[in-house]
Amino acid sequence: MTETVIVRDDGFAANSATCKFSSLAELGPDSATAVEIGPSDDVAALAPHLGHISILRIAFPSFADGRGFTLARRLRAMGYTGTLRAFGHVLADQYAMARRAGFDEVEIDATLAARQPEAHWLARADWRANDYQGRLRGQAAG
Amino acid sequence: MYRYTEFDRDFVRSRVAQFRAQVERRLDGSLTEEEFKPLRLMNGLYLQLHAYMLRVAIPYGTLSADQMRQLAMIAERWDKGYGHFTTRQNIQFNWPKLAAVPDILDALADVGMHAIQTSGNTIRNVTADHFAGAAADEVADPRPVAELIRQWSTDHPEFQFLPRKFKLAVTGSPEDRAVTAAHDIGLRLVRQDGELGAQVLVGGGLGRTPMIGKVLRDFLPLPDLLPYLEAIVATYNLLGRRDNKYKARIKITVHEHGLEEIRDLVEAEFPARKALFGGIDQEMLAAITAQFAPPAFETDAEGDVTAWYHADPVFRSFVDTNTAPHRAPGYAILTVSLKAPGETPGDATAEQMRVLADLAERYGHGELRISHEQNVILPHVPCRYLKAIHDALREAGLASANVGLVSDIIACPGMDYCALATARSIPVAQQIAKRFEELKLEHEIGPLKIKISGCINACGHHHVGHIGILGLDRAGVENYQITLGGDGGPDAVIGERAGPGFAYDEITDAIERLVLAYLDLRETPQETFLQVYNRTGSAPFRTALYDRDEDSADAA
Repeated sequence: MTETVIVRDDGFAANSATCKFSSLAELGPDSATAVEIGPSDDVAALAPHLGHISILRIAFPSFADGRGFTLARRLRAMGYTGTLRAFGHVLADQYAMARRAGFDEVEIDATLAARQPEAHWLARADWRANDYQGRLRGQAAG
Repeated sequence: MYRYTEFDRDFVRSRVAQFRAQVERRLDGSLTEEEFKPLRLMNGLYLQLHAYMLRVAIPYGTLSADQMRQLAMIAERWDKGYGHFTTRQNIQFNWPKLAAVPDILDALADVGMHAIQTSGNTIRNVTADHFAGAAADEVADPRPVAELIRQWSTDHPEFQFLPRKFKLAVTGSPEDRAVTAAHDIGLRLVRQDGELGAQVLVGGGLGRTPMIGKVLRDFLPLPDLLPYLEAIVATYNLLGRRDNKYKARIKITVHEHGLEEIRDLVEAEFPARKALFGGIDQEMLAAITAQFAPPAFETDAEGDVTAWYHADPVFRSFVDTNTAPHRAPGYAILTVSLKAPGETPGDATAEQMRVLADLAERYGHGELRISHEQNVILPHVPCRYLKAIHDALREAGLASANVGLVSDIIACPGMDYCALATARSIPVAQQIAKRFEELKLEHEIGPLKIKISGCINACGHHHVGHIGILGLDRAGVENYQITLGGDGGPDAVIGERAGPGFAYDEITDAIERLVLAYLDLRETPQETFLQVYNRTGSAPFRTALYDRDEDSADAA
């Protein structure tokens, strides 16, 4: 498996976690703690499992497919408090959108990380600033 | 008028800085063209037939005199000395250099403007009635709601990569001059038991599959507005088709799933969205509304306009066609036509923009509007100044007395500029306008909306033209289809195709035959083209178009 990079507000981190992600179809009564869903999955099916899940990864097959942002918002509205990760073809320019929509971090492959190095992502680590949504909802800018 | 807060200013400046960096990263290769494309589109920058095109938002069509002067400056400094006002209350600059675009965006930010979300698969510039705040027939000024929506939709993290573009329009008048039924979401402000709210239409749109919006909610209280809009767009974001761009607009989603299912999904999504809004948005709406307080109207505004009206037939004709009733006594709403016969519909030179800005400042409380019909409006004019304004407009080549008449044609840029176009539209508009100028019949014909699109995407709104013209490519030859009976008013109607299309050099004659047939058919001079069409149906008009006697056919 090729190396991936985790992007957070403080920059790049090597992806040290070796956990296996279960798909929606694989979820049984003994809930997995790491789950991955795709953009067309129905997150309502996750409702009974949310309390056990510690990390949820939402796949972005293409940066142009914005369904993952609504899925993230919906999962947070359902009360999910674990780690939420956007995974795949996410651009540095979308980092602020991902964070504002409820993601904690982004996982990209090494090729994308080479082409869009850490500095490009850190430039959007100020995602709390200049946020119309935060303002309209009465959330203070950080 | 709305003035940017410190927050708005900081936001726009930071977006310009981001775009400047994105342009640099595109030039050094760290962004591919495929990746740069949505980023430039989010900032209004298209790649057209010959050059980049920058589309600047004029939210709800409202401009100050200073903003208009800045547009003139930009046209002169970075373009070829003119700009093109579009059918969605934007202005387009057709010849900017990529490297200059960040500087243009900074110049816009200097006067509280931007080009954000004027393209791309996101919520576009919010449009509104161009007579807002002035019209005598208004329930409420739609602009505070439109400004709130501008702030909500701008940079919305969830909705920057929707299945397709998404357009909203707001009207505060039952006359619906904003054509709300032809938008992804249309809002019509209404009062119910004294409370202001909105009727919500969804799934309207023109393009290759024209549809009239359907009522999703008959009365939505304003405190529920943003969460309800959010529920609609979130539903569409997940449900809208991404496999075929021609089936990706919400009108198709509504058509395929049915209005009931969409309504159920939106209502199910609504509570979670409502929980995210704590009422701050309503405080902001109240503050915005205060900024749209009407100007201090003059008393004795009428002056000696009546004497001039009777003394000067050219002035009289101008007042008759280009003014509309204002809510304040002695005032008028003045539409300045950008449709001088032979000129490009919607184009204004930098000099004309400055003349308009000066007139607005001197005589019109400093305000201007841009209409979706591609004209400029002075919304608050004391009638005693109309004569002086008319004189100044004549000198600037802006005094065409043709608003709402046959030469007040909406036309998209067509093949002269647009990469998507399949036929020319501007020259067709010019030829038709000139023809009726020569015939001297325009004022006798009365209200008639001709709308021309140069391709099936329908930017010229031909579906809602009383006469619509659609330019297509038939095996390398331009062919113009005619639709009849369209109507963009409150009871919006999609026009019906009349029959086979016409060649480029036949279309003006065909339109002339249609209009002459109308003059024969009408029972009184007051009966408009559309009224006759609705009374007689299409048959006599088809006859005029297609049944030509053999003599004239042989002679041709």
